[in-house]
Amino acid sequence: MEYVGAGQIVLGIFTQLIPVWVSILVVMGLSWKFHKRLSLYGRIYESPAGLIGLFIVFFWLFCALYADFISPFSPLDQFAMLKNKGPGVIEPTSGLVQLLGGDKFGRDVFSRMISGSQIVMVIAPAATMFAFVVGISLGLPAGYYRGKIDSVLSFLANMVLAFPVILLFYLLVTPGIRETALPQAMAGVFFIFPILFFGMLFYSRFRERPQNLIWQLGLVLLIGGWVYVSLVFDADPFGVLSLESNELNIFVAVVFASSPGVFRIVRGLTMDIATRDYVAAAQTRGEIPFYVMLWEILPNARGPLIVDACLRIGYTTILLGTLGYFGLGLVPESPDWGTTIKEGSRLLRLYYHPALPPAFALMSFVLGLNLLADALREQSLKD
Amino acid sequence: MLSLLANRFGAMLLTMLCLTLIVFFLVNLEPNLRKLSISQTNMRASDEMIERWLQYNGYREPFLERYGQWLGVIKKQPARDVETGEPKPRFSFCDEPPVPVYSGILQGNLGCSTMFRQPIVERLLPAMQATGILMFWVMATMVPAALVIGILAGMREGTNTDRALSVLSITSTATPEYVSGVVFTVIFASWLGWMTGSAVTATTQGPTFYNFALPVMTMAIYGMGYIARMTRASMAEVMTSQYIRTARLKGLKFHTVVIRHALRNALIAPFTVIMLQFPWLLTGVVIVEVMFRYQGFGWVLVEAAGNNDIDMLLSCSIVSVLVVLSTQMISDIGYAYLNPRIRVR
Repeated sequence: MEYVGAGQIVLGIFTQLIPVWVSILVVMGLSWKFHKRLSLYGRIYESPAGLIGLFIVFFWLFCALYADFISPFSPLDQFAMLKNKGPGVIEPTSGLVQLLGGDKFGRDVFSRMISGSQIVMVIAPAATMFAFVVGISLGLPAGYYRGKIDSVLSFLANMVLAFPVILLFYLLVTPGIRETALPQAMAGVFFIFPILFFGMLFYSRFRERPQNLIWQLGLVLLIGGWVYVSLVFDADPFGVLSLESNELNIFVAVVFASSPGVFRIVRGLTMDIATRDYVAAAQTRGEIPFYVMLWEILPNARGPLIVDACLRIGYTTILLGTLGYFGLGLVPESPDWGTTIKEGSRLLRLYYHPALPPAFALMSFVLGLNLLADALREQSLKD
Repeated sequence: MLSLLANRFGAMLLTMLCLTLIVFFLVNLEPNLRKLSISQTNMRASDEMIERWLQYNGYREPFLERYGQWLGVIKKQPARDVETGEPKPRFSFCDEPPVPVYSGILQGNLGCSTMFRQPIVERLLPAMQATGILMFWVMATMVPAALVIGILAGMREGTNTDRALSVLSITSTATPEYVSGVVFTVIFASWLGWMTGSAVTATTQGPTFYNFALPVMTMAIYGMGYIARMTRASMAEVMTSQYIRTARLKGLKFHTVVIRHALRNALIAPFTVIMLQFPWLLTGVVIVEVMFRYQGFGWVLVEAAGNNDIDMLLSCSIVSVLVVLSTQMISDIGYAYLNPRIRVR
């Protein structure tokens, strides 16, 4: 086998990623130019740690966007001759270089790492968003009304939190479960929350202007219903959105595991903000409780919630990696980071090059999100 | 105080009841029962045989009745032989009488592991002991390291030391066990050769530095950053308070102020955080024990889950819920006890 040197590997990776560098340069350059006018997002540019975090997050975001274009090999193509070959090995037929070497089936480690980012970038933010909608929809009333609603919801949340995550996943994300209707039933419950949330959001604000309200609620029902039908029943009439049953399973389990955390934060924030004067003013005006919750309390809780969302996307990424590491949910040849780390760590004492790139990828992405969250927290505390 | 304890205890029992009911439901789903019966009979058993095995072993009785049997409020029926239909003990490897008896967790009987082919207690207790040793060493390295980092960073907020230590602790919170485990194994086992990359010998011959340092390090890293961050925040807050300024203006040395005045108040918040880390460590234990093949609680849990070992999974969930809820309780009570502002009320 022929190899290229270390310098050429670095150069190769750099040139392979040129579209990513250019995109980051454009986005961050433009943001830097106008950062004074970009409120909270713009203020990240004033802290060095935040800049680094943002850079890392953008890097993986663009890697995921351009994955098919910038990875030299397909993540599933196997080359029998390149099994466990080190970084810089040249694939003889095409003459392309496997920049970070081949894994135990001779698949390109670099391409798999890039494709793995795609899976993480789709599932982690989306699952976090759903967890937030569920947590907010339940946390606001619990913190606002207190009393019985709060006791019941808090008990349920604490119950889920008392469950060790890993046992929960072993029970919820197995091929056996997918034969039953349980994941679909759970998805049916969770995915109704966004529709309720946005419906209530518009209703509480525009309930006295029916001509406005009708098309807003119609739009919510139309889009929400479309997403609901295509995700829960996998019956998208347009064939655009679809989730495999194992993906739905993972998605539901992750939402289930992380929404109680969001619930607790939102509940605490609501209890705090509900004592403010502007809330009392809104109540005196005679606004309905949901208006106060959604249009007075929620916008004023956004700072801590944005910070928490950043941290939580990172935590969800770690959860996804854990699922992959235990071989739960994702297919064995899936290029996601957790699965590749598991595959690589089996032969770790002989060949370490297949395990290290996805490990560093996962770590760097979570680190980027944590740095970003830290900078956001610091900047939002300034005012 | 007593009513608080009683209240907490009641909530804990209710939580455990609900959680075990959920676990019981999940392990008794049809595909899971099939998996169990196939592994218990033999691979080529016909559908008819599987169905008969499930029926004769009592898996086809009504759900709530079986949950009651497991709890010990309904008599547990003996199994019947698949060929003859005669009553016999449920499992040949556990000592269960072939007559109906009350035998559930209320009677102190956790049941029988179908995977390890022995009573649960015999398997679970040594495993928990092994995990206890691992947890002890993790705590013994993680807590002091985290507190020192947090205090050093928090006592002079905004300096370069603070920034460097903060980045360090953020990095450690971004490194889950399966990442640090891989990286550390490559560095310390493959390159330097200081340690072995597996803790198998720790189970059989007892832990030594050579086989135990890697799992302990791997687990400690992930939790350390978080405790350090909390300590830093708490320390930084205390350092800006009035009484610290007074102590400084009195002319006391900086380290006297930090050690005698600031530390005592700054360590209240980290205490709760450390207690609340236990649930987190539970997940870490599973990953690390599987990764380094150390036969503790986490390893047993994964093996049991892979084979749908019903009684073992239920016992594991009881143990973990107990750990989580009791640490929560200790953290609440400890906080009230340590914090004078709450204690007075």
